[in-house]
Amino acid sequence: MDKKITSAKRCALIGICTSCALVLSYVEVLLPPISAAAPGIKMGLANIMTVFVLYRFGLKPAGTVSALRIILSALLFGSVVSFVYSVIGGVLSLAVMTLLKHSDRMSVVGVSAVGGVVHNAGQILGAVLLMETAEIAYYFPVLAISGTVAGICVGIVGALLLKTLQNVKLY
Amino acid sequence: MKKSAKNKIKLDVIVITLILAAAVVSLVLISVLREDGEVAVVTVDGDEVGRYSLSENVETEIVTENGKNVLCIKDGQADVTFADCPDGICSAHRPIDKSGETIVCLPHKLVISIEGGEVR
Repeated sequence: MDKKITSAKRCALIGICTSCALVLSYVEVLLPPISAAAPGIKMGLANIMTVFVLYRFGLKPAGTVSALRIILSALLFGSVVSFVYSVIGGVLSLAVMTLLKHSDRMSVVGVSAVGGVVHNAGQILGAVLLMETAEIAYYFPVLAISGTVAGICVGIVGALLLKTLQNVKLY
Repeated sequence: MKKSAKNKIKLDVIVITLILAAAVVSLVLISVLREDGEVAVVTVDGDEVGRYSLSENVETEIVTENGKNVLCIKDGQADVTFADCPDGICSAHRPIDKSGETIVCLPHKLVISIEGGEVR
């Protein structure tokens, strides 16, 4: 993020991005589950904001926005269990996406797709730890496919958003 | 600039294809290597609370400190037919019969897994 930006502006910007992410989370709560027989398959619409903020402003604001969104959405429409999953998935995917972004060898869409898979890997890891059973890892291939597809969609929207707003002064 | 954008998309496609291919291959392997199971093992919070043979039809209520689930074994398949958990993911899950398959009810910390048959 630009060093010249004042803390008040930064605060407002993070607030706006967080509320956008929260609205996207809420929209996803309203949508019917994609498949009742396959829990965990989600679009992860809120990650559009994570991708956007990561590319536009960098890791720190992206981390702040994700952390706030995860805490607030858990309070508003989640549970302790979904919170644990979101935290593990969110931290891992943000870390991997940051590394990939810095390597500068993949486009936003590719980075987001990998981020989606890593997010689901984090969920499985969380489930293995919470349930104390490794059996659930058999479910990972299904989630890896859905995570890739969701990540590609999120990445496409994120890339469009970045392109549309690239000449718009946000602060 | 243009060339590097093209290269990036190329790597995108390679990585995405590899992930999807690996996932599909492991899905196929899992379904091929899995044998039919013989018993449904019920665990609550990591502790085993019951074993039910898949060859007998039974319906049993599993009451945990967090809530209630009904396990129904019919025609060699185990299914959760009722649960008072908030998400209902376990009761929506299809019946299971292959060794290693599980139905998980996270809110109740309940796992029903199939064991027996050939080891995966």
